[in-house]
Amino acid sequence: MDLYQELILEHSKRPHGAGLRDPFDAEVHHVNPTCGDEVTVRVHVSGDGTGAVLEDLSFDALGCSISVASTSMMAEEITGQPLSAATTKHAAIKSMLTSKGADPGDEDVIGDAVALAGVAKYPARVKCALLGWMALEDALAQAGHALRTADTTTSQPTTTDHRDAPNSTEGTP
Amino acid sequence: MTATHFTEAEVARIRADVAILSRTVRDGKTLVYLDSGATSQKPARVLDAEREWYERFNAAPHRGAHALSEEGTEAYESARSRIAAFIGAQPDEIVFTKNATEAINLVAYAFSNATTGGGGGTGDRFRIGPGDEIVVTEMEHHANLIPWQELARRTGATLRWLSVAEDGRLDLSDLDEVVNERTRVLAFTHQSNVLGTVNPVRELVARAQVVGALTVLDACQSVPHLPLDVRELGVDLLAFSGHKMMGPMGIGALWGRPEVLDAMPVFLTGGSMIETVTMESATYAPVPQKFEAGVPNAAQAIGLAAACDYLADLGMDRVHAHEMMLTERLLAGLAERPWVRVVGPTDTTDRGGAVAFVVEGVHAHDVGQILDDQGIAVRVGHHCAWPLHRKMRAVATTRVSVHVYNTTAEIDAFLEALDRVPEIFGVG
Ligand SMILES: Cc1ncc(COP(=O)(O)O)c(C=O)c1O
Repeated sequence: MDLYQELILEHSKRPHGAGLRDPFDAEVHHVNPTCGDEVTVRVHVSGDGTGAVLEDLSFDALGCSISVASTSMMAEEITGQPLSAATTKHAAIKSMLTSKGADPGDEDVIGDAVALAGVAKYPARVKCALLGWMALEDALAQAGHALRTADTTTSQPTTTDHRDAPNSTEGTP
Repeated sequence: MTATHFTEAEVARIRADVAILSRTVRDGKTLVYLDSGATSQKPARVLDAEREWYERFNAAPHRGAHALSEEGTEAYESARSRIAAFIGAQPDEIVFTKNATEAINLVAYAFSNATTGGGGGTGDRFRIGPGDEIVVTEMEHHANLIPWQELARRTGATLRWLSVAEDGRLDLSDLDEVVNERTRVLAFTHQSNVLGTVNPVRELVARAQVVGALTVLDACQSVPHLPLDVRELGVDLLAFSGHKMMGPMGIGALWGRPEVLDAMPVFLTGGSMIETVTMESATYAPVPQKFEAGVPNAAQAIGLAAACDYLADLGMDRVHAHEMMLTERLLAGLAERPWVRVVGPTDTTDRGGAVAFVVEGVHAHDVGQILDDQGIAVRVGHHCAWPLHRKMRAVATTRVSVHVYNTTAEIDAFLEALDRVPEIFGVG
């Protein structure tokens, strides 16, 4: 099926730059409550205003191939880039994914992430593909660098890590 | 004599009653609907009954004295009787709710109302506070977990739970410790919507009775699939949803022992549930009216009664036999695929037709997508049982769930479609 292009499978099996790294200015944990996909994103930004650069973006993603691949593609595309470029790419990917297929995506702007264009036809999967990008937006905001595209988020930020919730595995307290 | 599953010709007749099963999806592929655990499909008889209500009887039941209202009330109350009979109950032991979720919340709020002195009721039995304990199990649907978490939070009572063992069955080794003289209520599922496990109701009820705890059974996944008699089960209260048993959405029920319902404070208040009202206060109608505030979902209640009639005509023992035949075939097929891990019992002993599994190395969303692309509808995710998934070490699972209209050919089609997963993802 055309959704699972080789590029997506490749990114999901070997996510680009995966693993959480220091130093970082902000860390967020987002989950997709309908299916339990989870992602932790850390950002490290240098400079300010128009000179701000995303020095490092590290992540730990647990989820379906679409959400992991999308986060991996994001890391590949914007790590080391000026925040202005991250803003443009963030808006472009969001437009493509929420276009129901009308916006095929521009490879020159979003790189490998054009492979995710097929996701737009499956409304249930759009959240998966946006998970990492929404976490990025949130992490940058917490680091004091709000992206200009401040529309609704599709995932729910959480402050605690569900995998370590105190009552989750022990049985009777 | 043990009941037999339906023949191919019989299933074909059932399928002919359920129009949606003959539609196609995703560019002309035949729909294979294996998600009845989420919601079931409806036969024409149910749809006709709802339509007939609006075409012939539509009026507010129990209000007004005109001809339509009288006939409407009679139709609505006849629905209650038929639904009651379906589970071996008396009509006035059935309280209509919008679904099982509301039914369970009704009970949880009855406890808090009793605790704060509201809601009428006479039940000390429902008073709860610090030092008291509420017991659930680790395999509960969120609908039978969160209302109790909230009750504990509101009242200061402690929430405890029975854990689930590796094989997907309740670990009852500490039953006597967890359910003890401090336990006020034991709420548990009859059949897990994820694992398919059918829990030992009598054993749990016996322990609850020793310590005087009220028992609440979530029968969402059992009433639609097996012959059930509330008096044989021995529980105090039981909740189920119409939409999972070929009935409409928007209708469910709480069954309760008369003396329990009688003593229980009310939850929703307003019109139709009163006896007398002054500006200062009100007294409440007898059960079940005192729990049914507002104009009811009458058409849906009548649709649900039609679903009960439909299932009763098929024979619940045969419905069960049919589903178990399909489940056995499904489990055998999955067992032949070493890259599949079934989450739950792997044989048909004390289990029903909800089968969750993991394809090692592939997220359930991806499994579901590949099946969906071939027209096969299954559920993926945590199925509203997140703590259970964590316990079973699965971020998410894929769940196949059957109902009476499914065929062996559909099980085979699913298994064949599943083989695309390792092909595409290069695992197994
Ligand atoms: C075991 C169980 N309990 C409760 C529910 C909640 O049912 P409803 O959403 O119809 O209230 C479900 C439905 O998913 C269920 O499977």
